[in-house]
Amino acid sequence: MSDAVIAANRFGLGARADDPPITAPRRWLISQFDQFQPRPAAIAELPDSSTIATETAQYYAQIRQLQRAARQGGQSVDDSASTKSEAMAIRKMMRQQARAHYIPAVGARAQSALTTPAPFVERLVHFWANHFAVSVDKPGVVGWAGYFEFEAIRPHVLGNFRDMLFAVEQHAAMLFYLDQVVSIGPDSAVGRLVARRGRRKLGINENLGREAMELHTLGVRTGYSQADVTEFARALTGWTVAGIAQGPAARLAGVRDGKPGSFIFAGRLHEPGARTIMGKRYDQSGEQQAVSVFDDLIRNSATAHHIAFKLARHFAGDTPPPTLVARLEKAFVRSNGDLPTLYSALVEAPEAWVAKPLKFKTPWEWTISALRGLGAQNVPAKAVFGLQKQLGQPVWNPGSPAGYDDIAASWMGPDAIMRRVEAASRLAAQTRGSLDARTLAPKLIGVATGSDTERWIGRAASPDQALALMLISPEFMRR
Amino acid sequence: MITRRGFVSGATVGMASLGLVPGMAFARTAGNRRFVFIIQRGAADGLHIVAPVGDPAYVSARGALAKDFADAPRLDSMFALHPALERIGGLFKQGDALFVHAIASPYRDRSHFDGQNVLESGGVAAYRIKTGWLNRILPLLPADEARAIAVSETVPLTLRGSVQVASYAPSRLPGASADLLDRVSALYAHDPQLDAVWSKALGTRAMAGDLSRANVQDAAQMGALAAKLLVGDKAARIAMIETEGWDTHSAQSGRLRTQLKRLDAMVGGLRDGLGEAWADTVVLVATEFGRTVAINGTGGTDHGTASLAMLLGGAVRGGKVRADWPGLGQGALYQGRDLKPTAGLDALITGAMAEHFGLDPVRVKQQLFPELSAATPMQSLIRT
Repeated sequence: MSDAVIAANRFGLGARADDPPITAPRRWLISQFDQFQPRPAAIAELPDSSTIATETAQYYAQIRQLQRAARQGGQSVDDSASTKSEAMAIRKMMRQQARAHYIPAVGARAQSALTTPAPFVERLVHFWANHFAVSVDKPGVVGWAGYFEFEAIRPHVLGNFRDMLFAVEQHAAMLFYLDQVVSIGPDSAVGRLVARRGRRKLGINENLGREAMELHTLGVRTGYSQADVTEFARALTGWTVAGIAQGPAARLAGVRDGKPGSFIFAGRLHEPGARTIMGKRYDQSGEQQAVSVFDDLIRNSATAHHIAFKLARHFAGDTPPPTLVARLEKAFVRSNGDLPTLYSALVEAPEAWVAKPLKFKTPWEWTISALRGLGAQNVPAKAVFGLQKQLGQPVWNPGSPAGYDDIAASWMGPDAIMRRVEAASRLAAQTRGSLDARTLAPKLIGVATGSDTERWIGRAASPDQALALMLISPEFMRR
Repeated sequence: MITRRGFVSGATVGMASLGLVPGMAFARTAGNRRFVFIIQRGAADGLHIVAPVGDPAYVSARGALAKDFADAPRLDSMFALHPALERIGGLFKQGDALFVHAIASPYRDRSHFDGQNVLESGGVAAYRIKTGWLNRILPLLPADEARAIAVSETVPLTLRGSVQVASYAPSRLPGASADLLDRVSALYAHDPQLDAVWSKALGTRAMAGDLSRANVQDAAQMGALAAKLLVGDKAARIAMIETEGWDTHSAQSGRLRTQLKRLDAMVGGLRDGLGEAWADTVVLVATEFGRTVAINGTGGTDHGTASLAMLLGGAVRGGKVRADWPGLGQGALYQGRDLKPTAGLDALITGAMAEHFGLDPVRVKQQLFPELSAATPMQSLIRT
């Protein structure tokens, strides 16, 4: 791979047929910091999380109303066929609404990736969205996942790690996904009240606290204990979402009002008292307590290492060179988490410019690079959604807060490759013979004269078949 | 639905047929003889198609698989035919079907792709000969008779060679064509990582692919289509049909029943479509190798050695099973696991081709199986 091919494919999202040649690869990458569009047209024209928040609030209100009506008749909703089917209809509508947010967001993500002037930065958006993953296999997250990326990741991809982290941890999608919204301090005002009434037992939920340490900052097995996780979870109580829950409990907690879907600190849910985490005492009150913990986590050397390792692995191989990890770690620490400084260190690192391919493309990377390579200007959202599902990497659906794997072993299965071949065949057929793989392949992926790939593309039975072969050639499968 | 696709008109004949090769023996018969090769890709279990129910070791060796033959029609004192093969059973009764058992190509390992390469190329080992034996027979036929067609999107190796061959196939379901898959294999050949994964992908596909789309009606249509392509003055004289899905590593009883129903329907469609031309037709059904005698842990069988071949057609001297039966007793098995080959596919093909087209068997053998040492062509296969 030449430096230009590396810049376009390993760093970028794949060359486009209509791209001008990259003459100064490193400068081309750095200059994208000025060209990145945090909110391109495809995203700007969509609603945002306040819309789905309002819809969700209405949904809960409707369900509540139904429950109240049933209770007044001495029944529960499930007792009568008519209220039961009404409740089902409301739930079904909510699911449809959620999907009506999710699918266009998938399309907007793809659209931005196809036409962006800053494919390297766009790739970094995908990287961070996967680092801070939410997953739509949790029904409550379906409608929010796209807005999470657009609102918490994109605006901060060229900012500071701290800003991105707080945007992530305070976004409704994350607060829902990792159950923070149901975490209540047992000794908080609401916790004590509920306990007095002898109603349901409320308590803290450790999900966000644990994943914030294990996945978002420090990394697994970096010296924190279960007790630290629990203490952090206590500190996080009160971090929740405004304007969605509408009942008396929400009024009690003080979360009923406020802009629907926005972050709110609900002091009446917060566990009072000082916390001790990794040997340090936090006696701040309220929201500031968890903020102070996060600030220490960000400054912890394990976090710098964790981020450096993952970034190095994304560009320089499944087992990244320790020298590169060290280089990136240093850049992260020295700049206090300034992300462009971190990216510049990556671009300047020789380990990232090794001529042989270092990464096997994930299905998402493959799809986007194939569409870019074939010159697609826009693709239907449903088509992208369907294709990613078929290829085994549905968008924003990794099924775990750890996100999708970033190593070849997870993606290079026999069936996965067969599906790529089938997809390549279909994508190529849609070009209807308008592209010549023989000229395209050297340009896009640097297929060398005299290589196997050049030979097999040249021998193809048809222009479409040649394109399909290009798309699944070893050069195209890797970056 | 069958639609026209990619008909490449055939009959451009290579150098050999122009008489430039001295001593060429041309076929003596006027051009009404037809030959069809139905390849069973994936290693069909011959023991579960024509079962040696009279072998004392049969029931113990085959276990649960033997049950499928409890009420199967007997062919003779030793063999019974799988009940799914109703049409083919009828042909046997009429004397139009000959089964040859314990037969194999010279290939003795257990890779599908290498095994098919040997079966199709006629070499003694994989990838030694670049053309197929069914193409190499064409120069021995009179030039205006040397027309062959692949009833598939592209021409399989058996039919590839110096003589140009047509291909014609029903439209495919969406998905990559078999030809593209072949080319991907070539493309990945020097990329060990991708090559290993791809081989597995193809193996799985061969196993599951056709069965999931199993459709007996399709198979009958395929047979009828092949017949259509073989009838008429300018029609092809030689045709090849590919079948997949014989790699029954699990749940063999049900899967093979479906496979055999399809094969039976395909032969039925061919028989009916050919009409009077059936009398001048020979259909060869053969596979790359057989399967283990013992049943495995998943109700299937694994890659083996000898299997079964069929000659079907009005021109066949049928109504019998030919076998130098090696037996299924433990000591009799090849490498302690497989049916031992006692007949060669090359001998069968050479004999059938020579008798059917009235050619000198020595010349046919040289042309089709040039690397094989002198195996005696089988005789008395065809009504002449």
